[in-house]
Amino acid sequence: MAHLLLRHRDIPDIGKMDVYEKNGGFEAFKKAVTKMKPQEVTDSVKASWLRGRGGAGFSTGLKWGFIPKDIWPHYVVANADESEPGTFKDREIMESNPFQFLEGVAIAAYATGANAAYIYLRGEFWPVAAILDEKIADMEKAGFLGDKLFGTDFSLRIYTHLGAGAYICGEETALLESIEGKRGQPRIRPPFPAVYGLYGKPTVVNNVETLTNVPLIVEKGSDWYKSLGTADSPGVKIFSLSGRVNQPGNYELPFGTTFRELIYNYGGGIIDGRPIKAIMAAGASSAMIVADDKALDTPMDYASVRALGADLGSASVIVIDDTVSLEWVISKTIHFFKHESCGKCTPCREGTYWMLHLIERIENGEKTKETVELLHSVARQMLNKNLCPLGDFSTMAVTTAIERFPADFEASAAGGEHG
Amino acid sequence: MLAEKYPEEVKKIFAKYPPEQKRSAVMPLLYLAQRDEGFVTKAALEDIAQMLDITSTDVAEIVGFYTLYHDEKAGKYRMQVCTDLPCALRGADKFLEELCGNLGVKVGETTPDGMVTVEAVMCLAGCDKAPMFQIQSPDGIAYHDNMTVDKTMELVAALRKSGKEVK
Repeated sequence: MAHLLLRHRDIPDIGKMDVYEKNGGFEAFKKAVTKMKPQEVTDSVKASWLRGRGGAGFSTGLKWGFIPKDIWPHYVVANADESEPGTFKDREIMESNPFQFLEGVAIAAYATGANAAYIYLRGEFWPVAAILDEKIADMEKAGFLGDKLFGTDFSLRIYTHLGAGAYICGEETALLESIEGKRGQPRIRPPFPAVYGLYGKPTVVNNVETLTNVPLIVEKGSDWYKSLGTADSPGVKIFSLSGRVNQPGNYELPFGTTFRELIYNYGGGIIDGRPIKAIMAAGASSAMIVADDKALDTPMDYASVRALGADLGSASVIVIDDTVSLEWVISKTIHFFKHESCGKCTPCREGTYWMLHLIERIENGEKTKETVELLHSVARQMLNKNLCPLGDFSTMAVTTAIERFPADFEASAAGGEHG
Repeated sequence: MLAEKYPEEVKKIFAKYPPEQKRSAVMPLLYLAQRDEGFVTKAALEDIAQMLDITSTDVAEIVGFYTLYHDEKAGKYRMQVCTDLPCALRGADKFLEELCGNLGVKVGETTPDGMVTVEAVMCLAGCDKAPMFQIQSPDGIAYHDNMTVDKTMELVAALRKSGKEVK
């Protein structure tokens, strides 16, 4: 099947305005603004059951529907912070198929009554922001952005805003704080951004990949969209495949594709033909999946992965083979979350600190049953006690690695990457 | 003073945000302030604070919170190697160790000629192209994907020769 999101792989130069327009570009935006009421656009996206691709999987149409009609102005914010270890899909979309993403931003703005949209990019995406600035200028020149678009009363401007290296800014309220020129620390919710968002005004925050789906739904309809993927998770998904596979990369596939197909057919199997050991389906925030036949034959949709005791999240599939010790893996994830904890909530700030101390003790020879149990206990106690999910995320790999791969934490087991 | 030195860019930055929300300009202004020296000076903190009607402490806390702002001088080129889990599964730790050996520095140190500081950083969204790093320099940030130590040493030689970023 031709790509729907990574269209540059089929159509060279789709990042150029004339090529994008020749391939139906901006028809959906024009149709929405000139032929549909904002509510109709929202209803169509709601009916498609498009679910947020940033990790939470919440219905995009429902989210848009939460925007109140008695508080103004409204904002749309595209979350292009992409910082989860193992996730690199939004970068490819924005670099190579930028107009489809920007058209999605524009349609979201029309549907929610926003006249300004911000794209929040992680600071490392400096060159990507430069590309988007250029494409935004192209859209202004072509009359797709600016005042009174297509002869209607709808006006829209899109701006890029660069972060500066903070994983936490992928959390939507921390992201909003960051645009406001503050430290990126999550807000207490409620109120949710739909009511109290950017500058205290109603705001929709959507992931880049989510928004890139929107023009397709407006153009081809929600029934068409639902014919792809599974009933639980309609549509296509970009799976970022990394770790010990022969061909890491982004693969756009329908929801419901199995882990086995992704890893062995598309990813070319494991390096040196080694046996696969574990899968992390949602980047560093994942629970560890034991990569047995049952797991490998599980369809990748939100409900099926949850049944394995894990989450699909942003579908960043990190593959671990039998040369790797899970003790080393969680040392890596703990270091990451210790560094990225924003420090606002005590259980996360102190918990990641103590998890780091304990894994260092284990690595430095104190690999006793007591220390491993203490690490597990600290992780368990952090759960559900923080304002945002980061604290919980930091414990997922730790608790499940110890529970599901106990042999790697036996005193006799070798540590280090190559066990 | 940023407003005098980069009038066009400062104007463009302020145009992005509602006039009553000028604090939003603090992050882009800090990038601008870092352009010359590679770090934010005390004078720049004061300058930005005045432009935005906030205190220099408000500005300093932004510098402290975000990892791409620096308050100390380092090499002209900060080579930031990702050693997070997905990259490490593809040899990033070994790459960093060998690279440091070749450059004669430890992680966090700067080469004696003041050109390159080697840093280990968190995920850069380039997991399928490891080993990879970014170079933060006065010219911005550039990614270098699918690197080897040999290729990196060639890049460093080219940087030393031209003094400018090359891709």
